[in-house]
This record gives sequence, structure tokens and C-alpha cells, in this order.
Amino acid sequence: MHRRSGSEILLNIYLWVFLFYLFLPLIVMGAATFNSSRFPTVTPWLGTTLKWFGELAADDRMWDGLISSLGVGIAVVVISVPVGLGAALLLTGLKGKSRTFVYGVMVSPLLTPGVIIGISTLVFWDRLGVGPGLHLATLGQCSFIIAYVMLMVLARLQRFDATLEEAGLDLGASHAQVFRRVLLPYLKPSLIAAAVLAFFQSFENYNTTLFTRGLDTTLTVYIASKVRTGLTPAVNALALILISITILGAIGYEILRRREQARDLAAKRRAAETERRETQLA
Amino acid sequence: MKDLVKRYGLMLTSYMVVASLVWIVLLVILPYFMMVNYSFRPNLVAADIGGPLDHYTIDNYITLFQNQVHFHVFLNTIWGGALVTFICLCVCYPIAYHLAKVATPQRAAFLLLLLVIPFWINEILRTFAWFIILAYQGPLNAFLKFFHIIDKPIRYLSGNGAVMVGMVYAFILFMVFPIYNAMESLDKNQVEAARDLGAPTWRIHWRVVIPHAKPGIAVGCIMTFMLAVSSYAVPSILGSTNSRWFTEIIYQWFFEGQNWPQGSAYAFILLLLCIIFILVMMRVFKVGLTDIAK
Repeated sequence: MHRRSGSEILLNIYLWVFLFYLFLPLIVMGAATFNSSRFPTVTPWLGTTLKWFGELAADDRMWDGLISSLGVGIAVVVISVPVGLGAALLLTGLKGKSRTFVYGVMVSPLLTPGVIIGISTLVFWDRLGVGPGLHLATLGQCSFIIAYVMLMVLARLQRFDATLEEAGLDLGASHAQVFRRVLLPYLKPSLIAAAVLAFFQSFENYNTTLFTRGLDTTLTVYIASKVRTGLTPAVNALALILISITILGAIGYEILRRREQARDLAAKRRAAETERRETQLA
Repeated sequence: MKDLVKRYGLMLTSYMVVASLVWIVLLVILPYFMMVNYSFRPNLVAADIGGPLDHYTIDNYITLFQNQVHFHVFLNTIWGGALVTFICLCVCYPIAYHLAKVATPQRAAFLLLLLVIPFWINEILRTFAWFIILAYQGPLNAFLKFFHIIDKPIRYLSGNGAVMVGMVYAFILFMVFPIYNAMESLDKNQVEAARDLGAPTWRIHWRVVIPHAKPGIAVGCIMTFMLAVSSYAVPSILGSTNSRWFTEIIYQWFFEGQNWPQGSAYAFILLLLCIIFILVMMRVFKVGLTDIAK
């Protein structure tokens, strides 16, 4: 039934070349960690070593950067998840032109370059007497990360069966109870996913942070400054660790997302099945 | 609004409104407004702010057109961004098509997972990887020399070439995923029908696949162009003095020149450039804003 044409084979080869292109630089970068050469490279190979991990661990500025990044990341999650949730719920209550307008304003930070978000945040808060620093980096990042959270919550809200809420209210539950017992549990997977995404976005942010950080340094800023001045394979060691964490994180995230999708699909099927049986009985 | 109160109660509704307003007004609209406001003011010492010298002016915008170097960098940035976008589009289209319409669902899921991994890795690290590869005594030169393709090493890290290579690598996945998403909803039978009716492959793509994938292509181009022209990391790591990027000049105005109004004006010009590009893409591909911001 499915014939393999020449063009399909070509497309396959092309795909593997593309994947090779995506991964080779990362592999080279990781491999350079184990070369004892002072400059990070794989040619020539001057001997295998683990000393660069030790050098990385001894670098206080790296630890400072890491702690700053973790702090900013957590602060961004704490702010952006509740606000994004509120914004998504608000959108469900708007209709027509006003909804389009509010939606447009809310997603506009996603279509704005990160450097511009950083600059506008810096300039605005400076006028109010708030100087740059990690707190400003947090606010700058929030302005667009909230939009991601809002979109993720909204996507799940659109499949929500509002009659469940009505049922709760009709049975005498308070608004707070319905929110806590019906809506929040339903939104939980998307809130967790949004929190993970928000943290990652914050952790790897460079453009917005660059303009709002003042004299503080996050891990990403630390790496960039290291690459330009004072480069040793210790940076590769850090890159290798971050890539490993990212790979594990990405796989974990995907598995969760797919399990969620499968569960949704199964629930939908069950509902359809029940409905079919009921109509047959009637 | 009444529906919301009825559905969620007064407390929760007030929270939604307040949270959204704080975000939109304090973190988005007012900062933009302040940046634009700044860009139309002269650069003054603190004592002169609010004084007779503090009036609106378009001098900061005129600077760009008077300063030959800056204007050249500006044009170079637009051209570079457009080139990166075009290369990414050409490279990604077949990949997205394969993922969406040719591969079996299980295979597509596996491949998508493979693609997601580099996508999650920091832009700085992805750029750094190319810094190693393209170094004067790096693996690429060593490889080419080993196979006698070149006699002596090439200095890649000077000029625009390395920046383009780095940008294509850094932003290419922002092109794959939107196009893939758009193509996924295309009914395979349409492609089969066109083929059975005797359309050649290029025509199937031109008349069936591309029209369907338009919103995805538009989003991919917008994201890639925006990321490319506003990138600071890639040109600062892979570039040299003769391949400067517009963002580097903005950065200089802010932190070396200490001239924030001038920097704000340049930043606003960069934002306008992105907005114009978005509008052009919407016109070319005939898609609406709701298609884009999904």
C-alpha cells in the first residue's frame, strides 16, 4: 500500500543529515570538556582529563551566577503562574472585540524582542527610582513569561466542561469551593507544565536579563562573559552538565505531556462510549 | 464581566482583573510607553531634567541616518536577519513536511522528541558550540586540512559568515515547529488526490501543501526574523568588529555611551522594524493576528 519512492528516500537522508547537523556541535562541545588543552577544542586531542570539572567547581562566580539564576527562576514562577492563571480566566469572560483586543495586548510581549522588553523595563523602573538588578530582571522576564503561562492555561480551559462548575454551584458549593475542588484540579497539569516552562525560560534568558541585571550576574550572563573573556574548558564542563539536565528535563516533560494527552483521549472515548450505550438503551 | 462574577464570584473576578491589569499596565504598556517617551528627549544630566532644555525632539532618530556606520550596521542587520529567515525556511520546509505527512505517527513522535532537545538548550550554549567548531585551530579547519580540501586554516570568526551560521543554528527550530503544526492538520487525502490526478510534486506543494501551511510559515518567519535581528548573544560571540549587529550598538548607547534616550530611540526603531516585518508577513501570507498568536 505504501510505496517508497526515490524522493522519500532522499527526504529520509536529508532528515538524518539535519539531525546530525543539530547534534554534532553539541557533541563536539561536550567532548571538548575532556580534552586537557587550555583552549576548548577537540583537535588536537592533548590527553583525556576530568580536571575541568574541578576547576568549574572551584569558580565562585559560577556558584554566584547559579544561585542568582535559581532565585530569579523561582521568583518568576511564583509571580507568573498565578497571574497567568488569572489572565486566562479573565479572557474566558470576554467576548467579541474586547476579547480580541485584550488577547492581542496580552500576547504582544511574545512578539517583542527580548532586548526591547529589557530596555523598556530598565527605563520605566529607573524613572520610578528602582535601579537595575536581579529584581528588575525578574520583572522583565515576567512580562513575557506570564503570556506563555496564560496561553498554556487558556489552551486547557478551552476544553473545560463549564457545566461541572454549574453543577457544583447548584449543589450549594461556594465559588471558592468550586474553584478549589473543580477548576484547579482540572487545570493542575497545565499549571505544572507552565511552571516548568516558566522556570526554564527564566533560567536560560539572556536578552532581557542583559539590560536589567545591573551589576548582578546570572548563570547565562556568566557563560556569555566567560566565552568572550577567559575561556577555558571549564565552560564546556558547565555546558555539558546543563545539556544533560536539559535532556533529562525535555524527556521527562514530553513523557508527562504525552501521558496527559493519552489520558484525555481515553476519557473522551469513554464518554463517547457511555453516550452511545445510553442512546441505545433509550 | 457579569458572567464572570456569576461564574467565579466577586473575589475571584476581582483577583483576575487586578492581576491582569498589574501585568498589562505595569509590566507591558507603561514600560513601552516610557521607552518611546525617552527616545524623544535629549540626553540631560539629572539637574536639567524638567528644566528648559527638557523638550521633545527627534534628534535621536536623525542620528541613525547621519551616522554612516550605524546606518550601515542597521541595513546589515536587516539583510542578515532576512537571509537567516530565508535559509531557515528552505532548510525546514522538507523537515516539517516529513514530520507532519510522511513519517508514521510513532516515528514522528520520536523525531519530535529528538528535535525538542536542542530546542531547549540555551542559545548561548548553542552559539558557543559553533565558536569551538569555527575556531582558527578548531575541528572544522583540522577536518578540512586532513582531507586536503584546504592548505592552511581559514579564519571563520571574522565577518558575517560565522554570525549567519550561528543564527541559523540557534533559531532553526523556531521555524520547524510552527510549520509542522500547521501542516499536521492537512488531510493526507488531498495530497493523494492531487497525485492521482497527475500533479507533479512541486505543484502539489505549491497548490495544496503551502496554501494550507501558510499560517505556520508566517509564524516561523516572524519568530526567526525577530530573534535574528534582536539577537545579542550570537553576534557578540561569533562576530568581530567588522560584523557588528544593531543590538550591539543599542547596548553601547546604554552602557558605554550612557545615553539612554539615544539607546531608546534605536530600540524603538528595532521594534518598529519587527512590527513592519510582522505586518508584511500577514499581508503576504494573508493571515490574521489570531492565526499568528497561537
